[in-house]
Amino acid sequence: MPSLKDLKTRIESVKSTRKITKAMQMVAAAKLRRAQDAAEMARPYTERFNAVMGALAASVGDSDSAPKLLSGTGKDDVHLLVVMTAERGLCGGFNANIAKLAKQKATELKAKGKTVKILTVGKKGRDAMKRDFGNLSVGHIDLSDVKRIGYADAQGIAKDILGRFDAGEFDVATIFYAKFVNVVSQIPTAQQVIPAAFDSPESGDAASNTLYDYEPDEEAILADLLPRGVATQIFAALLENGASEQGARMSAMDNATRNAGEMIEKLTIEYNRSRQAVITNELIEIISGAEAL
Amino acid sequence: MAETMQFDLVSPERSLMSAQVKSVQIPGADGDMTAMPNHAPLITTLRPGVLKVETDKGIEEFVVTGGFAELGEGLSVLAERAVPKADVDQATYEAMVDEAQAAYNQTKQTFKNEPGPVDDAAKLLADMVAVGTHIGLSPKQPSL
Repeated sequence: MPSLKDLKTRIESVKSTRKITKAMQMVAAAKLRRAQDAAEMARPYTERFNAVMGALAASVGDSDSAPKLLSGTGKDDVHLLVVMTAERGLCGGFNANIAKLAKQKATELKAKGKTVKILTVGKKGRDAMKRDFGNLSVGHIDLSDVKRIGYADAQGIAKDILGRFDAGEFDVATIFYAKFVNVVSQIPTAQQVIPAAFDSPESGDAASNTLYDYEPDEEAILADLLPRGVATQIFAALLENGASEQGARMSAMDNATRNAGEMIEKLTIEYNRSRQAVITNELIEIISGAEAL
Repeated sequence: MAETMQFDLVSPERSLMSAQVKSVQIPGADGDMTAMPNHAPLITTLRPGVLKVETDKGIEEFVVTGGFAELGEGLSVLAERAVPKADVDQATYEAMVDEAQAAYNQTKQTFKNEPGPVDDAAKLLADMVAVGTHIGLSPKQPSL
């Protein structure tokens, strides 16, 4: 049985842990708001972009001259999996869930005889993927110095990916990230970015049927916009990921704080019991000593 | 009151302006154009330049570095980067030019014998430099 002093130190240490997790939870909550705002701000751009691209892609899509970024290389032998995770841990299952989905996909593709290449964004994803698929990794992009994700960061990643695509390193690229639903639920998502897949605009609304003039011609515009589309999708994914990470961290830290509270309660009860036991013991000793006289 | 149309200026990071406007002067890739209400539907890419928005309250100007504009019911400009003209000082402007310069240098190295992409990058750089004159800053000379 632990001594009184041991119990006291443990209670103290759990208390300071609780302080830390509580602080982390509050920081995450503040960051979550900012991340959500950022994601909210980016939404109009992404939506409009996809709408225009959808219309464009539909009008050029089937011709032979369609850019490779849209129509693909005609094969799907080599897959590039871009695994986007957080730079930091202590956020519940956030990183693990994304890595799990990516691993599943990688195993699946390998079983079909495809070549898999992995590009990781974020330290935690790299660590998780290294264990099973370390030999497939073709690169890593570090964002640990980035405090606030900007469009330029997404452009950097997109450039890296597009460079590899132009060099013929892969046929299909898929990004993995967690979609933010709410604080307790983030859904790991796989999204194909090359060849570009846009929501078909034939959803019946009249706006998509407008016949546009193009300046310069459709193909030039498409060639200009497709690389931007990749950057836009990555940017949106990064922002979703940012919000998800903070959300996951917030609920993980909330749990931790609650657990620490429970633990303190239990330890305090144990402490009080053993204190009482010591007192009783002493009393018995005194009384039996007095009786012996 | 003159006829107005809905105008949205969005960059990936935020929405800069959303208002009813009388006309917008767009720095299109093939030349400047002015969009007014009931313009024919059109999609154009942008070159670096100044976007001039005329509203009831006056004229607002933004420096954009590229992107595209969609003219349909209203006008949406999706700019890669857009900054209100008043916020662009010499340092920001020079950073933009440097960026274009770096892109140009890199393109020149990658595509040694293909004039196409190199010319495009050179044009982008020249446009970027020209922006300086438009907004009254001393233009930074590029090395081509």
